[in-house]
Amino acid sequence: MNFTFSEEQLLFQSNIADYLQKEVTPEAVRATWETDTGRDEARWQQMADLGLTAMLVPEAYGGLGLKEIDFILLAYECGRVALPEPLVSTAMVATPLLASVAQDHPQCAEVLQQIATGEALVAIGHTASDFVCDAHTADFLLLPQGDEIHLLPRNAVHYTAQPSVDPSRRLFTVDWQASPQTRLAGGKAGVKLLAATLNRGALGVAAQLLGLAQTMVDMTVQYTAERKQFGRAIGSNQALKHHMANCAVSIEFALPVLHRAAYTVTQQACLADYPVSHAKVSASQAALLAAKNGIQSHGAMGYTWECDLHIFMKRAWALDKSWGHNGFHKNRLHQWLLNPAALIGADKTFGLQQAS
Amino acid sequence: MDLNYTAEQIAFRREVREWLAANVPTDPLASFDTAEGFAQHRQWEQTLASGNWGMVTWPKEYGGRACSLIEWLVFEEEYYRARAPLRVNQNGIFLLGPTLMEYGTPEQKQRFISAMASGEEMWAQGWSEPDAGSDMAAIRSTALRHGDEYVINGQKVWSTRAVYADWVFCLFRTDKDSERHQGLSFILVPLDAPGVTVRPIPQLNGLPGFAEIFFDEVRVPVFNRLGEEGQGWSIAMSTAGFERGLMLRSPARFQETAKRLVELYRQHQNDILDLSIEDAVVSSFMDAEAYALSTYQTASRLDQGGKIGPESSVNKIFWSELDQRMHETALNILAGRAELWPHASAATGVGNWLDGFLFAQSGPIYAGTNEIQRNIIAERMLGMPRK
Repeated sequence: MNFTFSEEQLLFQSNIADYLQKEVTPEAVRATWETDTGRDEARWQQMADLGLTAMLVPEAYGGLGLKEIDFILLAYECGRVALPEPLVSTAMVATPLLASVAQDHPQCAEVLQQIATGEALVAIGHTASDFVCDAHTADFLLLPQGDEIHLLPRNAVHYTAQPSVDPSRRLFTVDWQASPQTRLAGGKAGVKLLAATLNRGALGVAAQLLGLAQTMVDMTVQYTAERKQFGRAIGSNQALKHHMANCAVSIEFALPVLHRAAYTVTQQACLADYPVSHAKVSASQAALLAAKNGIQSHGAMGYTWECDLHIFMKRAWALDKSWGHNGFHKNRLHQWLLNPAALIGADKTFGLQQAS
Repeated sequence: MDLNYTAEQIAFRREVREWLAANVPTDPLASFDTAEGFAQHRQWEQTLASGNWGMVTWPKEYGGRACSLIEWLVFEEEYYRARAPLRVNQNGIFLLGPTLMEYGTPEQKQRFISAMASGEEMWAQGWSEPDAGSDMAAIRSTALRHGDEYVINGQKVWSTRAVYADWVFCLFRTDKDSERHQGLSFILVPLDAPGVTVRPIPQLNGLPGFAEIFFDEVRVPVFNRLGEEGQGWSIAMSTAGFERGLMLRSPARFQETAKRLVELYRQHQNDILDLSIEDAVVSSFMDAEAYALSTYQTASRLDQGGKIGPESSVNKIFWSELDQRMHETALNILAGRAELWPHASAATGVGNWLDGFLFAQSGPIYAGTNEIQRNIIAERMLGMPRK
């Protein structure tokens, strides 16, 4: 039993954090908003050159062959800077799905190789959402129909932009036709793949939400130390201290939950529903609280377009509802707890891991 | 990262489970805030000690098993799973014990830890004074040195377990001209010493769970001082770190409460009208798990040589407010019968929820109020300005 990341994993996190914080500043995010696509192709290629898109691509297809537990610290750092590009959804959500069908579908093997090099960006749809993120810049789209999963190139679909509150998020409704040639999986196998995809999607979102929450806390702590009223820093007031302390508590207790979920997705994906829903609900709560207490502590400044806080708040508000909203995940937890066979109690903390 | 127990850890769990199954009293003990219940709990501490289960993380020479913190968590999980009696000597084993290990001389360890581990000597805590609560640095009681002795005068209050305990560990001002955090020393006092008067204070349940202690020219040997003279504040803070941090409230306690809450909810599911109850049950369960996961992470880190950090304040807020919420939710489920004591003839199925609810009200207050903890988090963990 060792519930810590290795030194290599932590060193990787700190290197990636340095890179992202240098490259993906609030100014850079705002500059990206002004582009046609809302995406920075050069940045994507940079991230690919660093090996980030290749992390979960199997070695056989030119990737690093790593797992979700290795990617989770990176997903958190993506949230820390509110990265506009869909690194988490291509590299952590779509890639393992492609990898699991690549043996029977040579076109997937090819796509995986292109993901690893940064040539291909893959958008992914799911029955949990009416929208597909990044359909406009994706080279390929993974799309569900009933219990089936299909892979289509962008030029085979019609997409319509659906503007989101977060200028970084590029959502689309997608019209498309399934055919035997586009079909990757269906029936029981399709259901299983879709379920695993939903869990990876929720896991990736949870990690980003906690990164966003931490950044909003950091920004607010800094602002309230600088802003003076009544002759002293407003951050010296107990009311504002307690706003931030409450955020720190909720982040602190959501992180280990996230790490258990990532571990379970990696080791025993079939048992991951409960840990993932737990992680998603906890991370959402932490991020929404950081947004609410953050804007309140910023006062009128927090309500402006100029203040960078909204880059992170809006992402948090959007991600909170994606890959299964709160109701979906809480309901999953509720159903699980109602089951008399559920493994609960003090000796069952890692019961899910031990069950198999 | 590996979230599987090792073969040794699994074997350890089995050993704990078997011993507890054979030794935990079948009938629940009386409350340790009664004379009868205190004696029963003292007996239980001695039974634990006889199997070397008193404090498994301690070195073997002090009656422990030199267990890792992960093994300690396993022990605690089994302990609460077995519904074993609460630890009447928790002030001693969880708070003073680790402090003695760090600051005690070999002679002090020999003298005090062994008697604590064997269940012979029970400890109370003596920090707060009438004008030194959250502001503990306002302590005024003095212990002034005369030769090889300290002469103690003053008053302590809210001293948990002091009514029936044998000893109390206190902070006193050893330099009468000192102020605030300076000039305080950490001193151990036998409660049967001449000049000590203990006045019981009944708590919400009517039982004297804490007391006022008056000191009138009480003499103790200099041997009873822990650490250097004037070092009391920093020693007390390290004790507070353990208290709020890791040991005092192991996650198993809350996980078992959460499990009982889920079971209560399942039983009453069809007659619950309050829509918030479902959410409260789910979130209580999640939070109890989150506390356990967080503790496993901390324990893994400490077992690898890491140090405990500001998480002690974060922990204390989290578990105390979780405990309150779980008991509120249980009473909401019990609805009209929630106010009944279990011995009321109409009180079928109320369990111990009411008593737990009353106790849960103290959680956000003791060991430093949660308002103070939030200040500590804001100032020391987040770096917000003090003034």
